[in-house]
Amino acid sequence: MDAEQGVYLYAVTRDEGGEPDGPAGVAGAPVRRLAHRGLAAFISTVSLQEFGEESLRRSMEDLAWLEEIARAHHRVVEAVARRGPTAPVRLVTVYTGEAQVRELLDERHAQFDEVLRRVSGRWEWGVKAYAVAGPAEPVAETQDAAPGAAYLNRRRAALRGREDGWRRAAEHAQAVHEALMDIAVAGTRHRAQDPQLSGRREQMVLNGAYLVDEARAAEFARVVEDPAERGVTLELVGPWAPYSFAALDHDGETAYGDAS
Amino acid sequence: MSAVRSGPYVPGSSMQQQGYGGRESANLGDILERVLDRGVVIAGDIQVNLLDIELLTIKLRLLIASVDTAREMGIDWWEHDPWLTGDAHELAKQNRKLRRRLAALEEIVATRAEAAHEPEAVERGR
Repeated sequence: MDAEQGVYLYAVTRDEGGEPDGPAGVAGAPVRRLAHRGLAAFISTVSLQEFGEESLRRSMEDLAWLEEIARAHHRVVEAVARRGPTAPVRLVTVYTGEAQVRELLDERHAQFDEVLRRVSGRWEWGVKAYAVAGPAEPVAETQDAAPGAAYLNRRRAALRGREDGWRRAAEHAQAVHEALMDIAVAGTRHRAQDPQLSGRREQMVLNGAYLVDEARAAEFARVVEDPAERGVTLELVGPWAPYSFAALDHDGETAYGDAS
Repeated sequence: MSAVRSGPYVPGSSMQQQGYGGRESANLGDILERVLDRGVVIAGDIQVNLLDIELLTIKLRLLIASVDTAREMGIDWWEHDPWLTGDAHELAKQNRKLRRRLAALEEIVATRAEAAHEPEAVERGR
């Protein structure tokens, strides 16, 4: 392989499908399949001018560049995942050549096999919950209170109200998470997104990812649609390729997924 | 081959409304969160080190376009924020602590306010 070119890895699957017919990869390069010992790596050729370590360091800080790469990466992963069990690989995993990718499939063969078995016939669903701002509790004004004390009383009541609202929302979120976990094969609570990233003003109180059997997807969605869950606004996003459930180095079944 | 793209195959009508292919328009934040933070982590031959990516994701979560601004703001504050890390128990604990401190401070303020009305009398009493 040309010294100026590298191999970008998107995902690993079983060697079952045909040649990829999905979208182009990063930088518009065609995606190809490298089959080895029953596994298949989806890869494309990238320029090391753009994907070398030094340039990556710079360009990863460039949001426009990053968005383009992230979307391209995601498109390929999703297209691959539609064809069968898929282990998505983290963004910008680049090798110097196909030989190194084969080596990877050799070395991690058993682990990939395990991951693919785990995610087979299952999809990742994201469920987010946002705190619903409750009505402000009326503050009992004490007539004889000094202005300073009255202010403090109001302030204290406001803080208490907000705190109660958050606590209620957090409790709701936990209840929703538990209900979802009853249906999901596995689930994990990710860190809540900042309002600027979520694009919503309400505080996110649950950012959950759940691995759900295809057969139970409708049942799963019904929990999210349940009108009884009024304390929080719920959002269902998916299905996704199993990004949150493809860790290779999990410590047996106990360590993976269930963070509840 | 085209069957692959033929759309939703997850059973259930609500799923179909979501539309599998509809994720083309998936929220950028959700995509970045997944491709940067999750997925199989394996050592490539060429890779920015993970710590850099961690820092980057934090910046992205703050969604601050300028890296310099993020640095000025101190990018790790929210790693430790129990609310944002989803640790509600820790949050409740912290709230209780803060409430106790607030009560104590209010008491001090109240005592001082009372004292402020008294000192003249005390002085005169000497």
